[in-house]
Amino acid sequence: MTTLPSSLLLDWKRIFKWGSICAAALLFVSLVGMPIKLDPKSIISPLLSLGYVSLLWLPLIFGYVASSRVVLEGVETRKPGLPDLLTGVLTGTIGGAGLTLLMLGIENFDIRDPLINWSPQLLEVLAFGARDLNSAVWIGIGGALGLVGAGLHLIPENLRRGASYGFFTVLALAIFEPALDDMSEGFRLEWLVELIFEKRGGLKLWPAIILALLIGLISVVTKGKAKNAVAQYREQEKSQKKKTSVVLFGIVAALGIVLPIFMGTYVNSLLANVGIFLLLALGLNIVVGLAGILDLGYVAFFAVGAYTTAVLTSELSPFFAPGMTWVLSLVFVIILAALTGLFIGAPVIRMRGDYLAIVTLGFGEIIRLLFLSDFLKPYFGGAQGILGVPGIDLGVVYISGTDTRGIFYLVLFFCAIAVYVSWRLQASRLGRSWMAIREDEQVAEAMGINTVNSKLMAFVVGAVLASFAGAIMAARVGSVFPNSFMILISIVILVVVIVGGMGSIPGVFVGAFVLIGVLGGPKQPGLLQEFGSLKLLVYGMLLVYMMLQKPEGLVPSARRTQELHQEEFLQDAWLKGTDDEDEEQTVAGEEAQI
Amino acid sequence: MAATVEGKSKRRTPLVDRFLFVVKVLLIGLVTIGFLAFIAQQISPDNWFAKWRNPGATGLSGDQIKGLVISGLSQGVFYGLIALGYSMVYGVLGFINFAHGEVFMVSAYTGYIAANKFAANGMWESNFALCLLIVLLLSVMVSTVTAVLTERIAYRPLRNSPRLIPLITSIGVSFVLQNAVLGIFGPGTQGYPQLPEWLAKQRSILTFEISGIKILVFLVTIVSMTGLWYLVERTKTGKAMRAVAEDKEIASLMGINVNRIIVTTFAVGGAMAGVAGVMFGLLFRAVNPMTGFLPGIKAFTAAVVGGIGNLGGAMSGGLALGSAESIAPQLILEPLGVPGVTQLKDAVAFTVLVMVLLFKPSGLFGERLSQEDRA
Repeated sequence: MTTLPSSLLLDWKRIFKWGSICAAALLFVSLVGMPIKLDPKSIISPLLSLGYVSLLWLPLIFGYVASSRVVLEGVETRKPGLPDLLTGVLTGTIGGAGLTLLMLGIENFDIRDPLINWSPQLLEVLAFGARDLNSAVWIGIGGALGLVGAGLHLIPENLRRGASYGFFTVLALAIFEPALDDMSEGFRLEWLVELIFEKRGGLKLWPAIILALLIGLISVVTKGKAKNAVAQYREQEKSQKKKTSVVLFGIVAALGIVLPIFMGTYVNSLLANVGIFLLLALGLNIVVGLAGILDLGYVAFFAVGAYTTAVLTSELSPFFAPGMTWVLSLVFVIILAALTGLFIGAPVIRMRGDYLAIVTLGFGEIIRLLFLSDFLKPYFGGAQGILGVPGIDLGVVYISGTDTRGIFYLVLFFCAIAVYVSWRLQASRLGRSWMAIREDEQVAEAMGINTVNSKLMAFVVGAVLASFAGAIMAARVGSVFPNSFMILISIVILVVVIVGGMGSIPGVFVGAFVLIGVLGGPKQPGLLQEFGSLKLLVYGMLLVYMMLQKPEGLVPSARRTQELHQEEFLQDAWLKGTDDEDEEQTVAGEEAQI
Repeated sequence: MAATVEGKSKRRTPLVDRFLFVVKVLLIGLVTIGFLAFIAQQISPDNWFAKWRNPGATGLSGDQIKGLVISGLSQGVFYGLIALGYSMVYGVLGFINFAHGEVFMVSAYTGYIAANKFAANGMWESNFALCLLIVLLLSVMVSTVTAVLTERIAYRPLRNSPRLIPLITSIGVSFVLQNAVLGIFGPGTQGYPQLPEWLAKQRSILTFEISGIKILVFLVTIVSMTGLWYLVERTKTGKAMRAVAEDKEIASLMGINVNRIIVTTFAVGGAMAGVAGVMFGLLFRAVNPMTGFLPGIKAFTAAVVGGIGNLGGAMSGGLALGSAESIAPQLILEPLGVPGVTQLKDAVAFTVLVMVLLFKPSGLFGERLSQEDRA
């Protein structure tokens, strides 16, 4: 056992490294235009807006990171103390100095020609709206935030959790403000909303502080109880677990059916958006998450679903307009989507995983280009698309595209189907063979799995689920255009699946609600409309971050986690001295029994 | 018992293979018929065979065909230059660096900014050659740094993870680069300054009408290809690169710093994309944040067409793809009576990719990959 020298000497190299990364991040965020774009969204009115949050969290995080130390096994670490605080302060200061320089730069040079955000507007935001603010104030702010960040190491973990819960409650309330606003009318709770929120947006100061303290306190008092409950649920016997799941599912289903009655147009259409992407993501989850086939042209099936519905139901379809009802057309949608799945799947099924990704991406593009081209214009209307897709006549009720509540119920119904299908498939023979293929295709084949057929089935199931989303989309919007089916959508769905957790159904739910609900889809606005085009940047960063830090996703599936962290599991097992009976082999054993 | 099972499996061809056979026959049939119809229409547009699908057939004049070839080749040069980066990275690390097209876009943007700054103070007209050199060097530097940075931040931590993880990461990187450029420089399409008269002028070389800038593009490409060939085949670094591509572990046992070689690979690939970016900007004189996406994917196609990991193959694959996508619509689709053929350019490029992977997955000139990557 050795002790680290507990001198007061600072690790200057480390401070400089993290400080300059922090400064670069701050400059990047400012020049991309986040502070300006997000400024209108106020969180605590009028003190704090989302634009400032986008800047202020950086010194805090970097202060925290710079002052944390690597804990090695067998080495006694000394208690965090003054040197760590100083490290945090200096890191934050260097970061803040970056913004100071930026302000000085904007004042003295005009390079707005290439950099569109190098503007007086940015300067105004950075100067907190004051005209003659000394730009050096950011050095102080950076230092202070760095200090807070480093200070987080000093306080007990319990308090730290309380503080972060309090903060995130306020943030979440501000983000959900439009939704709460909309829902309060149905529940006759306008007074509550008025109590917490300012008229022009943002929380009022005192309610925000009280709520933050309250939630923080609750989390400190009930520390770990939620985690224990989850652990208890996991340890339950299978039959009891099933019972609990059924009860939980019942509650969720009841909420899903009852809540929309009280919700306004805004929340319903938002949830319908989320639902459509959820449906797509559940389908892609089968292809990518379960079977491990990286299909980047997934949007093609979405397009096939939408176009089939449009051609079969619309009276204005240019070539062939049978004017079917939506329900009848759904039968053809399923058949055509399955055929497209086979058609696209068959040529690519034997390719290496990465070639497959690019080729499917090519197919996704080809299908859009074909719908767009003059070649198929007589059949699909070219760039003008197909207009006049009628609503959905269910015999009992008629759901028009603008009836947000009806559409939401419809989406809910199909999501339920998708969840049921993926849940049942996961444990089935087919699902287990998908997972075996995902882990090692050659071994799976040697075990007697017909890999070609299994993979094709994954394509078909995924295609059918996506085509449902397309069919709903066509009826909802009332028209289809080729440019609604850009490759972008495939990638956004992929991000949803990955952020949530590949191969995990709850994960996909979380991913869809967090990403599509809050940030919004490629063209659909979410709760934070202010993000605008920046949301794609956030999507990209999230994708990279998740891949680097948490490739198994926010709500990981147990088996996928083991695959991705195989080496760590093996190491742990080796450290414990149980190198023969480690987890990995039991997983492999389970799969071999298919 | 075993024998009967074996015999059974030999007799039955999987349904998928039969389907693929039909697809292959159909593809070849279409191409052949289209080509024959084209020949018929060249012989005489009044021919019944030419009139069969395309009653308005007129045939192409020799100059038109030459023009298509030239424009195809000059497109192909870009695909080739970008494909080199894909090919090298795939050879060394075994994954598709999806963000490579974005490196190309970043270079085109840098070129646009620098060139416009020069144009603003009049140097672009008065001292074009010097300006071009500076713009080129600057853009190549920026794109090299971008490529190296992406490797350092996004790919290095994933060196030993499953194959699809770095691919997905690179999709994210590509998204980030696109949207960062869009956020920083604005969404619009930006224009390069006007070229000087002597460069924009049409010249006639060996009966080919070709604009000066295209000649410049070809010259720069030849120079950079020669440089790359020298680097890879004649220097110690190049030898080390080839060794790392063959087997990383053995290479490191031979005293090669694998990390440094990987960084060098990304840098060289980035530099090639940088050259392509500036040339692209000069030729088409417009750049927007999405500029890199399609050329990037098509360059990957080119790398596969030529055989991934094979540098000469990447360049020839690029030229082949460029000419195919420029000529095939007029040569094969038009005689088949498809209207608006030029819109299908991109679809042709992707069809070429699918066809190459169906008929000859190792590319026209063969892959040069280590054993494990070929699996």
